[in-house]
Amino acid sequence: MTEEKSTPAADNDSPEASEPAVDTSSAKPSPAKKAPAKPPVAKRAASDAEITRRGLFSWAAVAWVGFTAAIGGCMTAFGRFMFPNVLFEPPTSFKVGQPEDFPPGVVDERFKESYGVWIVNNEGQLTALIAICTHLGCPPAWLEAQNKFKCPCHGSGYYKSGINFEGPTPRPLERARISIDPDDGQILVDKAQKYLWEQGQWDDPSSYLEVS
Amino acid sequence: MDALKSFINTLSYPWFSFTLSLVLFVAVVKLKKLWTHAGGWLMLALITVFFCGSMLDENFRSVVAKPDNVPIVMMVYLTGYFWWLAMYKGIKNDQAIEAGAPTFEKSESEDKVFTWPDLVFSELICMVVLTVGMVVWSIVLKAPLEEPANLSVAPNPSKAPWYFLGLQEMLVYFDPWMAGVVLPGLIIVGLMAIPYIDTNPKGNGYYTFKERKSEIFLFLFGYIVLWVQLIVIGTFLRGPNWNFFGPYEFWDINKIEPLVNIDLSEIIWIKLLGVGLPSHWLPREIFGIILMIGYFVVLPVAMSKMKYFKRFYDEMGGPRFYTGATLFLTMMLLPIKMYARWVFNLKYIVHIQEFFFNI
Repeated sequence: MTEEKSTPAADNDSPEASEPAVDTSSAKPSPAKKAPAKPPVAKRAASDAEITRRGLFSWAAVAWVGFTAAIGGCMTAFGRFMFPNVLFEPPTSFKVGQPEDFPPGVVDERFKESYGVWIVNNEGQLTALIAICTHLGCPPAWLEAQNKFKCPCHGSGYYKSGINFEGPTPRPLERARISIDPDDGQILVDKAQKYLWEQGQWDDPSSYLEVS
Repeated sequence: MDALKSFINTLSYPWFSFTLSLVLFVAVVKLKKLWTHAGGWLMLALITVFFCGSMLDENFRSVVAKPDNVPIVMMVYLTGYFWWLAMYKGIKNDQAIEAGAPTFEKSESEDKVFTWPDLVFSELICMVVLTVGMVVWSIVLKAPLEEPANLSVAPNPSKAPWYFLGLQEMLVYFDPWMAGVVLPGLIIVGLMAIPYIDTNPKGNGYYTFKERKSEIFLFLFGYIVLWVQLIVIGTFLRGPNWNFFGPYEFWDINKIEPLVNIDLSEIIWIKLLGVGLPSHWLPREIFGIILMIGYFVVLPVAMSKMKYFKRFYDEMGGPRFYTGATLFLTMMLLPIKMYARWVFNLKYIVHIQEFFFNI
């Protein structure tokens, strides 16, 4: 047994024959001295199972690439799933009617359900307040009798202007962009652009309309 | 009867009821007579008489008998029972230890019983009773179905699941980032940290009260007063617009409760100093920031020198003591902020809305 195995090992690479040449040229005695002791053991295992070290690694590489590709494909499909083909959302930009439809001091709730905004005519300014509480995102309710917006979730309260005055909310309601459509004179609200009080954006002329 | 009802209504308003519950909590824990069989029956009778008597009131019944709220009534009874059981056994053991006798657990574990049939039979009976209970419950009390969901309408009041009502109550007093993320995270981290902070081996494997008074008191305060009680308040006493209602009060959607809140910066700069708010956030909020640094940095160091906390510091060592003290002070921030809201209408101690940092 031992004789048979030692012969192919010597035939394949013949480490003993090549070693003196390596030894003299590279001038590194220590690895060369260790080398002759080990090869017979490694070669014996390789010839036994008919699998070389290189063969094993190439199979592992194929398997690994396949595995990665499968996972990557799944993740790509999953990522694509996050962006639906059709979104059933109302348009962010919409017309709400003529400025005369909103008399002074009135909070118009007609567009809360369809577009999520109140049109408020307060102190000569017509604004579109977004009906989402700035505390944790519940829809507040307009309480006509108390002249305030009040959130049912944690009790945040806002004045008619949208400024917060009670409860835990840290900042006022947000305004949407509001303008007059030049073609038919209707009010055009664009929810895609928001104006935040705490960043001084309520002074922006496109965040309100001057009305008499 | 009406006078009694309106008295209880007034008493249950947070500033009264919270103070009352603090006093009661301390008294109840200290009163040894309550943690006996007689005391247990007495407390059970009192709670039951209160619930049954109050059910005659229409407003009380409409809230408490709601299918959603039935688990809270059970929770009140269960919490009370386990609280009593632990205290009862603890005090019994204290007396035994004092008399030099073995503890209840030690004498109990000396006679052994078989898994089969003793344990498995009790488990079987529990399983059958529990299953029957759940089936009857699910048939008798229907799950409340409401109208189809609508993005622009929230039910009024909008309540979280009952086990989160303590969190929802915290959200009334704190910024969502604090009450929704930081504090709940610290509750979990803090509970996990207990075995590493409190390495005192006393009370391991047996009930005791005398040997660990401070620890039991602290834990019960956090659990009973700051968690269970907030759930009860959130379930029974919070009505439309998240306003506060007494137990016999009609849930009037138009109830007006003036709650204009102001920040600490506004109290100091406008009310006390009489000058306007500085425009930059750093000078504006400097007092609140100093207060918070004092609370979380200076106070733990001062505590380590105080007589009462000194022995904990000596026992636990620096790192353990400061971790424990920071968690303790964070917990105490909740009652402090609640009182500040009720007494001074305080909204935020530090309110930097420029980058959403509010305490």
